[in-house]
Amino acid sequence: MASLIACPHCGPRPKEEFTVRGDAGITRPEPDAGADAWHAYVYLRDNPRGRHREHWHHTSGCRRWLIVERDTVTHAIYSAVDAAATGETA
Amino acid sequence: MSSFRLPSGGRLDRSKPLDFTFDGKPMQGLAGDTVASALLANGRQLVGRSFKYHRPRGILTAGAAEPNALLTIGDGGRTEPNTRATVAELYQGLIAKSQNRWPSIDFDLGAVNSLLAPFLGAGFYYKTFMWPAAFWEKVYEPIIRKAAGLGRATYEADPDSYEKCWAHCDLLVIGSGPAGLAAALTAGRAGARVILADEGFEFGGSLLSETAPIATQTPAELLSRTLAELESLPNVRLLTRTTVFGWYDGNVFGGIERVQKHVGTIDANRPMERLWRFAAKKAILASGAEERPMVFGGNDIPGVMMSGAMRSYLNRQAVAPGRQTVIFTNGASGYRTAADLEARGLDVAAIVDSRADAPKTWDGKARVISGGVVMDAKGGKALSGVTIAQAGTLEVIKADALAMSGGWSPIIHLACHRGARPAWSDAKSAFLAPEIQDGLSIAGSAAGLETLEACLADGAEKARRLVTDLGFANADRAFAAVADRTEPVKPLWFVRGSKGKAFVDYQNDVHVRDLVSAVGEGYGHVELAKRYTTNGMATDQGKLSNMNAIGILAEARKVSPAAVGTTTFRPFYTPLSFGALTGASKGRHFQPVRKSPLHDWAKKNGAIFVETGLWYRSSWFPKAGETTWRESVDREVLNVRKNAGICDVSTLGKIEIFGRDAAEFLNRVYCNAFLKLPVGKARYGLMLREDGVIYDDGTTSRLSENHFFMTTTTAYAAGVMNHLEFCAQALWPGLDVQFASSTDQWAQIAVAGPKSRAILQTIVDEDISDAAFPFLGAREVSLFGGRLSARLFRISFSGELAYELAVPAGYGEAVADAIMDAGAEHGICPYGVEALGVMRIEKGHVTHSEINGTVIPSDLGFAKMVSVTKPDFIGKAMLSREGMLDPDRLSLVGVKPVDPKTTFKTGAHILTEGATPTLQNDQGYVSSSCYSPNLGSTIGLALVRRGPQRYGEQVTVWNDLKNEYTKAVLCSPVFFDPENGKLHG
Repeated sequence: MASLIACPHCGPRPKEEFTVRGDAGITRPEPDAGADAWHAYVYLRDNPRGRHREHWHHTSGCRRWLIVERDTVTHAIYSAVDAAATGETA
Repeated sequence: MSSFRLPSGGRLDRSKPLDFTFDGKPMQGLAGDTVASALLANGRQLVGRSFKYHRPRGILTAGAAEPNALLTIGDGGRTEPNTRATVAELYQGLIAKSQNRWPSIDFDLGAVNSLLAPFLGAGFYYKTFMWPAAFWEKVYEPIIRKAAGLGRATYEADPDSYEKCWAHCDLLVIGSGPAGLAAALTAGRAGARVILADEGFEFGGSLLSETAPIATQTPAELLSRTLAELESLPNVRLLTRTTVFGWYDGNVFGGIERVQKHVGTIDANRPMERLWRFAAKKAILASGAEERPMVFGGNDIPGVMMSGAMRSYLNRQAVAPGRQTVIFTNGASGYRTAADLEARGLDVAAIVDSRADAPKTWDGKARVISGGVVMDAKGGKALSGVTIAQAGTLEVIKADALAMSGGWSPIIHLACHRGARPAWSDAKSAFLAPEIQDGLSIAGSAAGLETLEACLADGAEKARRLVTDLGFANADRAFAAVADRTEPVKPLWFVRGSKGKAFVDYQNDVHVRDLVSAVGEGYGHVELAKRYTTNGMATDQGKLSNMNAIGILAEARKVSPAAVGTTTFRPFYTPLSFGALTGASKGRHFQPVRKSPLHDWAKKNGAIFVETGLWYRSSWFPKAGETTWRESVDREVLNVRKNAGICDVSTLGKIEIFGRDAAEFLNRVYCNAFLKLPVGKARYGLMLREDGVIYDDGTTSRLSENHFFMTTTTAYAAGVMNHLEFCAQALWPGLDVQFASSTDQWAQIAVAGPKSRAILQTIVDEDISDAAFPFLGAREVSLFGGRLSARLFRISFSGELAYELAVPAGYGEAVADAIMDAGAEHGICPYGVEALGVMRIEKGHVTHSEINGTVIPSDLGFAKMVSVTKPDFIGKAMLSREGMLDPDRLSLVGVKPVDPKTTFKTGAHILTEGATPTLQNDQGYVSSSCYSPNLGSTIGLALVRRGPQRYGEQVTVWNDLKNEYTKAVLCSPVFFDPENGKLHG
């Protein structure tokens, strides 16, 4: 994993300050979306090779949830934006 | 001065003699010596015994790759085994001991292994110690471990401190030889922030050991001028004694600075070592090249040394290698060493050049034997002579020193730490790493260059390109471009026909025949050969041996080294101390300690503390005469139920929640309703995970329309905060809601018991009668006639009439004292978490013993709490799954022994009476238990299949660990005051 993550609020900070949650590409279903949609949301995750968008929490920093796009092979970080600023909901 | 120190020259301070001991023998060196050079100056060549065969070993190198001269340095808690004498600086009073010998280095009984050598080849462990299998652990391994090995670690604690820090720069330059210096100067002049790090105690790399002039300057003059300019640049940071050991993601490099390894008197205010993380925009790897040993019989006899190392000891520390030296080389390095030796008036008996077509440029005195090889070195504990073969004839020459040079391997470790694979170069006869990678360029001899001039030019040009990329305009090369001058290289991987053992990996005692037999037995792949022979697996990680091993494997397999390839380079480049990696995180600083604002209050009241996570919580408060914890806890429980008690509940997580949508937000994160919670009221809330399982519980109070105050359990305070932030920021960013953790800002005091109201009313200004402040009231109050604002909650975990009073942390102790004073006439006593635990079990209140990641609200009797009218909340959708509705689920019940004199423990399992004790018959388990002084019996809470339908059923409580069976009966989980008369009192 990358050594540094460029937080949009705090600048480049060591990865130890962050906590990863997982895939940011999944969207919380509507309450009545049905068992399959909820099963997929709660339990099913892709494990992609290459670019991957994830939720990261700047736990020991500004405490904002970020969407970090990183490469699971090269560990390169392409972007880190505030989750609330993306206009999409998880 | 001792016999091998030359009377003049060297980079030494001859006015500063330093005393040290080697195996107890007093010796003297000079400031500027390494331990190795001081030993050599004292005529001490034999300094170690080898790993497997206990062969006498001398000093082979003058740097980080040293495989032989590993000493234990220091004493007491500062004992450091396996220290390379070639990099350890000498200091006054240094204590050095040799390793892997008994009883002494000169007379080592373990050397008998050499006679057993025919049986100790590669793979001999696997073949010899196979049967009987049981013998391996008990017999073979302990004996092998005792006989083989290196230094022993001390059992004493390390008395020194270590620290970690970050540094940021535009350009990190690794290595301060000609390429590194030129790079640092070029980038420094351009205005870039530069860090120049070198593992040595002096900057200069090979410039420190070479004599041939560069244009009109000597290497020493060039070095001092360049350093003076670098020191004058405020944007350049110079770090000696700093090994950059790894290259990591994001262009972060790890470095270890040995701050005080070289001083006799340790300054306790400074760290022993400092672990650096360099965040570099760009970096230049100028780590130089490693000279390769020649592989011939007896190439490990003390007196045999790398050619470059011999030159370094001669020029840097004015140490003569011997009286008569033979050079064995296949390139220019051997001739340079011969020239330097002769310049100091030392006798070179012969230069043996394995190349038949060597350039005829030698104009010194020594005789050149072209196309010859050293077939065998002679001697035991010291070199006595060499057998030279040329054109089919053998010649024996007397010699007490032999310099060898088999060519150069660029030091590319760091450049390969992030996955780049080295590529074989036929032209250089070496593996080279990609010269330009994203963020890192390789310069100088690490990139395969040979001459000092070419390295200077290359470092300057690579730095110019990098800082120009970073936007520094008009960067100029500090040294002009010049072409490299190269000699044809013809690698000689090993000498054929040697009689003695020809070592490839000195530290692990791997010789040519081991590698050949690895190929013969089908382990010719470089990774398999490594494991089969252990070549490259010692603490030096094969810095000297890997290239020769690859060459030998290639010849044995009849392929090019390119087809053999390398093993993988991984951090660390050289061994790192545990102290440095641990840093300050040891002893009391291993993890933070959290103390409640009421810690000192509890302490002066005699609390016994228990660690819960990072917190210290008061567990019980023994009184004089009480000899067991149970006596204290029973008394506390009975007194709270009869009179009153005071308990520190400050460790509960506390979160202030603000915003126009705070109520809507809480309504979504709790499974029960919060939208219409009135101002001035507290409510118990259950927070679920999205899968429907209970995550945490606590009370949340509405202090004003848009201000709530949430409490969480102590253990989940941080987790709940993260969860709320995720919900607010990622799930529902449209809601107006903000959070602030205030766990540490409030001292929170529970006052419980029938007399709690009378006691509190004496310090609370407002009316707190049942009518004015009923159960679940929550409000701001003033204390002591308006002197202090506080928050008061009428909530109860004990089941008694009870309050929780929150005051600003700094006032906690004073307020607790005041409550104790006010309560004295009512018989108040402090109580701890043990008594709290007993009272909550008596009332059937759950904690994380029950909320254990498997239970849903209905399992705990909370089915009616779960809102059916809310359109959505976390966990709602998944609560309706089939498994969640299964009537057979484990559900909460009480359990008590049939005979109150018998007992059971938490974790014991429940069996239907008469059932065989098997997992198939398992009905559930006891989740919490205690002795209830009110009931006079052990009681427990249990999660049991269809629990609530089985009240009154007699069961067996089964503890298979202790083989105990207790007859018990299932019952309601509320053992005490089921009508809640006391709570509402």
